[in-house]
Parts: sequence; structure tokens; C-alpha cells
Amino acid sequence: MSAFHAVFARDLRVAFRRWSELAHPLIFFLIVVALFPLALSPTTQQLREVGTGVLWVAALLSSLLSLDGLFRSDADDGSLEQLLLSPAPMTITVLAKVAAHALVTLLPLICLVPVTAWSYNMPSAALPTMALALLLAAPTLSVFIALGAALTVGLRRGGSIVGLLVLPLTGPLLIFGTRATDLSINGEPPTAPLLFLAALAVLAVSLGPVAIAAAVKVGLE
Amino acid sequence: MKLPRWFHQLGSPPYVYRLAERLSPWLGGLGCGLLAVGTVWGLVIAPPDYQQDEVYRIIYIHPQTAYVGMMAYVIMAVAAGVGFVWRVKLAHAAAVSAAPIGAWFTFCALCTGAIWGKPTWGTYWQWGDPRIMFEALLLFLFLGYLALRGAFDDRDKADRVTAILAVVGVVNVPIVHYSVEWWNSLHQTSTLLSEGGPAMTSDMLIPFLIMFAGFTLAFSWLLLRRLQAEIIEREGNARWIRELAVEGAP
Repeated sequence: MSAFHAVFARDLRVAFRRWSELAHPLIFFLIVVALFPLALSPTTQQLREVGTGVLWVAALLSSLLSLDGLFRSDADDGSLEQLLLSPAPMTITVLAKVAAHALVTLLPLICLVPVTAWSYNMPSAALPTMALALLLAAPTLSVFIALGAALTVGLRRGGSIVGLLVLPLTGPLLIFGTRATDLSINGEPPTAPLLFLAALAVLAVSLGPVAIAAAVKVGLE
Repeated sequence: MKLPRWFHQLGSPPYVYRLAERLSPWLGGLGCGLLAVGTVWGLVIAPPDYQQDEVYRIIYIHPQTAYVGMMAYVIMAVAAGVGFVWRVKLAHAAAVSAAPIGAWFTFCALCTGAIWGKPTWGTYWQWGDPRIMFEALLLFLFLGYLALRGAFDDRDKADRVTAILAVVGVVNVPIVHYSVEWWNSLHQTSTLLSEGGPAMTSDMLIPFLIMFAGFTLAFSWLLLRRLQAEIIEREGNARWIRELAVEGAP
């Protein structure tokens, strides 16, 4: 557990020393959200209808931007190899890194979504559900992102390929997440899709680190 | 526990190469023969459907291609997993051989599905339909696997890294299969594996099953042929391959 704390605290410290990089995905998210109304020139009603989907896809895309910071810089300066040599199990180390990454990149993004949803004229009653769905999807999403980063850590230019690997896997998240939001917009209880998202999160957090740790080990060989 | 001799031999490239050489004509001949018989039986002899009339006849192609695509993914994932855990190079070669075939059959399943969809659903492609979306996801997984392979220079590393992706992606296969039951899909539910036995009369069922057998054998034939090519590429400088080249020369 102390290894978890140490890696978690270190990653947070490193992230905040380069805080301007943390803002990149957020700004990208805002730009994508702003581009859709420009491209569609929709009425208020149409904007409300496409809002859920646009915001979810924009959040998924912008979360991909932050993925290089997860393992790449640590692999370049050798600290990832040191972590691999340490007696602490790699799964715990990886879990700590993923948790720290989710906290500094996905959480601010999730905080932005209700604000932008409100600007899309979505009913304010649905905003808590939307935020909850995003929160429940975040662990699974960060595990997928970390898996993509780990699979490409041994590559010089992994950036373009990660999207091909990660985005298809996020399909179920998108289905359940937007379904929950749509249900609550129509005034129906969104419990079932939310529970599905929670189940996926449990599955991803318990099994994902094993696969990520294996991928990191192979990538550094 | 003592494993039988043939089991150990399955890890030996020359043994597997020769085994594939011996099996190939049988699998290829029998597979193509069954496909020919099944095609004629299904398209000409079998009676038209009471609901879909002649259009239903694509059922002798479409489910089989989809099934081969999914089977190829499972074979790829199992082989990649075996290769990753026990470091069997031949298993990695098998996984690599299955990927392009699986991608092609999944693509064919999407195409034949679209052709069937137009007369029966009124549309070639329905965005958001769960069966179509997850089948497309299967195709993207195959393509992602191949793209990730292509990005590595070092073959051993590519084998091991892509193995992880293949194993993770296998969760998609049951989702594809059950998507028609879990969600309201336009797609009809399984005809063969329905409750209370196949929902088909025997004059339709027999060519349907013949096509399944034909596709399976033809797939195995393609897989073994690709595996042979992959073995030659990987073991190119081995003595037995040079001897093989001399033997095989006219």
C-alpha cells in the first residue's frame, strides 16, 4: 500500500509541475464542443437532442490527448524501469499511476461537462445523471487509455495508433453513458445503464492493471 | 503429468509445417466440395421461405461468414495467449495467420448483412444497431491488432504486445453473439441456436449446416496455408527450410 501511495503522490506532483499540459485536453474539449454548433448551425431544440452524444464523444477524444504523459515520459527518463525493478508488484504501481492520471485529467474534464451541457440547453435535471455517468465511466476509460499507452510505450511514434486501439473499446461506455443521460432527460430512472457502467468499472479496475502491467513489461524489454 | 508426444510436437515448426502440408489438400478439397454442394443445394434445391421468399437464401452465406470471423478472433486470442504465457513462437505465428482471415470474413459478414438488410429491413446500414455496431467493432479490433503489429520493427516484441491486445479484445466476441438478445436489434435472433432446436425445417437445415462445415474447413485450410507461409518467413534461415526448398525444386 505504501508503494501505491508513493507512486500516486509522485505522479500527482509531477503532473502539477507541468500544469499547463493538464489544460490541453480541457481546451481541446471546449474547442470540439464549440465546433459542433458551428458546423451544424442547429436550433435550440436540435442542440439539446445532439448534446449528449456530442459531449460524450468530445470527452472521449480529448481524454486521448493526455495519454502520452502516462508512461512515455517515465519510460524516456528511465524511471519506469526503476519502478519495474522495485519489489512492489507492477500491478499496484500501474494502478497508482492510472488513478493519479484519472484524477488530474479526467476529473477536470468531468467537471467541465455539466457546464457545457448547460450551454447546450440540456435540461438541468439531467445534469447530475450525466456527471454521475461520466464519473462511473471514468475508471474504465482510464484503464483503456492506460492500456493503449502501455501497448505503445515501446514505439517511437505511438500517438496515431493509440486512437485505433482505444476508441473502439469505448463503445460500450458510450452506449450506456448516453443511454443513462437520455433516460433522465425523458424523466425515466437511469438506474440500469448506470449499474452497467459501475459493473464495467469494477471489472476494468480489477483486471485491467494486470494487462497494463504485462504490456509495460513487454514494452520496456 | 506426462503429456503425449504429439502435444510437444505441436510446438515444433518443421513438424507443424509438414502436418499442415499433409492436411491441406484434404481440408481444402473437402471444404471447397462442401461449399459447392451447399451452395447449389441452398440456392437451387431448398424451398423458398414462407416469409422472406427467395431473399432468405443469403442465410447460406451470411451467418457462416460472421461465425468464421468470430471463430478466427477466438483462435487468434487463444493462440496469442498461449504464445504469451508459455512463450511458444509457433502460437504467435498462428495468431498472426488468423488475423487477416478473420478481418476479411468479418468484413464479408458486414457486407452480406447489408445486402440482406436492404430488402428485409429497408436499409443497408443502421447506425446504432447493436449487432452491426459490435460486429464493426470486431473488425476494428482486427485492424487495430494488425496496425499495432505493423508499428513494431522487432517481431518478438510485436508478438508479445499484440498478444495482450488480442486477449483483452476477446470480451467483444460474446457481446457480438448475445447482442441480439440483450438489446432490441433489427437483426433476427439466432436460427440455429434458438430455444427448442433449430427454427428451420430439415430441407433448409441440411444445406445450412453443410455450408457451416464447408466454411469451417475452408477457413482451416486458409489458416494452415498462411501458417506455413508465416513459418517460412520466421524460420527462413533454418536448415530444414533450405532442405525443403531443394526437395521442392523441380
